[in-house]
Amino acid sequence: MRNEIRLSGSGGQGLITAGIILAKAAALYDDKFAVQSQSYGPEARGGASKAEVIISENEINFPKVQNPDLLVALTQEALGKYLKGVKEGGIIIIDTLLTPTPPQGNYKVYSLPIVTTAAEELGSILTTNIITLGALNALYPVVTDEALSKVVADTFKKAVEINAKALAVGKELAEKAKLM
Amino acid sequence: MSKNNKQLLQGNEAVAYGALYAGCRFFAGYPITPSTEIAEKLAAELPKHGGRFIQMEDEIASMAAIIGASIAGAKSLTATSGPGFSLKQENLGFACITETPCVIVNVQRGGPSTGLPTAASQSDIMQTRWGTHGDHPIIVVTPSTVLEQFTETVRAFNLAEKYRTPVVLLTDEIIGHTRESVTLPTELEVIDRTRPTVPPEQYKPFDTTQGDVPPMADFGTGYRFHITGLNHDISGFPSNNGQMAEREEIRMQRKLDNNYDDIVKVEEFMCDDAEVVVFAIGATARSAKDAVLAARKKGIKAGLLKPLTIWPFPDKHISNYKNKVKRMIVAELNLGQMVHEVRRMAEGAFEVDGIFRVDGEPITPSQILTALEER
Repeated sequence: MRNEIRLSGSGGQGLITAGIILAKAAALYDDKFAVQSQSYGPEARGGASKAEVIISENEINFPKVQNPDLLVALTQEALGKYLKGVKEGGIIIIDTLLTPTPPQGNYKVYSLPIVTTAAEELGSILTTNIITLGALNALYPVVTDEALSKVVADTFKKAVEINAKALAVGKELAEKAKLM
Repeated sequence: MSKNNKQLLQGNEAVAYGALYAGCRFFAGYPITPSTEIAEKLAAELPKHGGRFIQMEDEIASMAAIIGASIAGAKSLTATSGPGFSLKQENLGFACITETPCVIVNVQRGGPSTGLPTAASQSDIMQTRWGTHGDHPIIVVTPSTVLEQFTETVRAFNLAEKYRTPVVLLTDEIIGHTRESVTLPTELEVIDRTRPTVPPEQYKPFDTTQGDVPPMADFGTGYRFHITGLNHDISGFPSNNGQMAEREEIRMQRKLDNNYDDIVKVEEFMCDDAEVVVFAIGATARSAKDAVLAARKKGIKAGLLKPLTIWPFPDKHISNYKNKVKRMIVAELNLGQMVHEVRRMAEGAFEVDGIFRVDGEPITPSQILTALEER
């Protein structure tokens, strides 16, 4: 089965890093095939940016996401730009603060206070992408929690604790939202 | 890295690792999207391997620098995209006539001119063949996966060394920027150029009595010889002798023509009983593979012809399909370049159609499947 994931937001939110972490977790520890790519404009910061990850038990040929099973949109602009193609009944994670208007259509939409939690509970908006990954994998378990934790720890060797906490907090946000 | 040496590697990074594996110890370049990661990786890695990295003032100087380094004996690389590749053409011709081994990476982006810097394209196919003036032999290899970015870079260096010729690694924004899980091979063959066995005073740099590829001495090792962009005699000095110029140009072309089977590499997927075959390189070959698999499920006898060498053009391989297939579909991210070459080789024996796209997006598997389903 081919799982297609699109992570979008504004440049600088760390979503390309999040995509690479997810692909590494699948490829290096869960023994699956993974492909990660991104698209970006000429600007280095700001603007809408997206990272895409495909995870499959089989060889992946076409490397781009066409019909995401899951979309993350951490800004309203990104939601508008990257909603296209999301599967009927697909999962969409938006940020309560930066994506105030949820999408219309047949989707499972979760509005989570990701950026606010990063700033207030973790004390750094730099944890936005890892909170997102924690939430994503709770709502759409595409890699094992162990694999994800390992890659996050490998990626941020100087900030292991805060990022482990970010993963856990993200998972909690998702679990709470599932009950609602 | 995991227990079985699997890694998640970006296509551009894989080119850098392939170059190091092949023994490349000199890189000169000028940064340009979407090729810059190759330079970044080699800037970090080359010094650890006893190599040199130079960021030059522009692409013209970069090409000159790698020619000089190669003449001094180092396997050399530069990497660029369309606008930079245009600038390199003059010195690329110099590498051709002086028979200097070197590898030039072109990570294609939308063009012409500065075009679409961050978007995918395959529109430099004819430029790699005919971009520099004059009749000249050239080898162009076209990987389509991150693993092939590594293995084809090694092969590019091997071909450059073996045949004393520049080799272009022609890839694209999609493969260059895609990260994929790979296990890099550790037992690939590495070929070094043939160096002279005669003493320095007897050395003639273009002496072909031993074969069409003359042995090449390293500058600075006591072997004095002359190098010029003018047609030259076996001592390397300029000559206006037309008959000799013709003989030499024919020899340089023959170096490649006579070694088609060694140079031209083609992957044939599900082609044995195919009635319709898709011809595609690079990122487009990946879409084509998915399309062929989907077509087979629908009972269409489809196959994929994926050249890993696009110049010399895979003429013989295409000829083999003359009595086998009804149709060949050439899918390419341009307005039609390879399609004319395929049609030339088909000689009317089968139909040749094209799928073209230049909006910066990849040709999708469903676009190709639709074409496979026609008729």
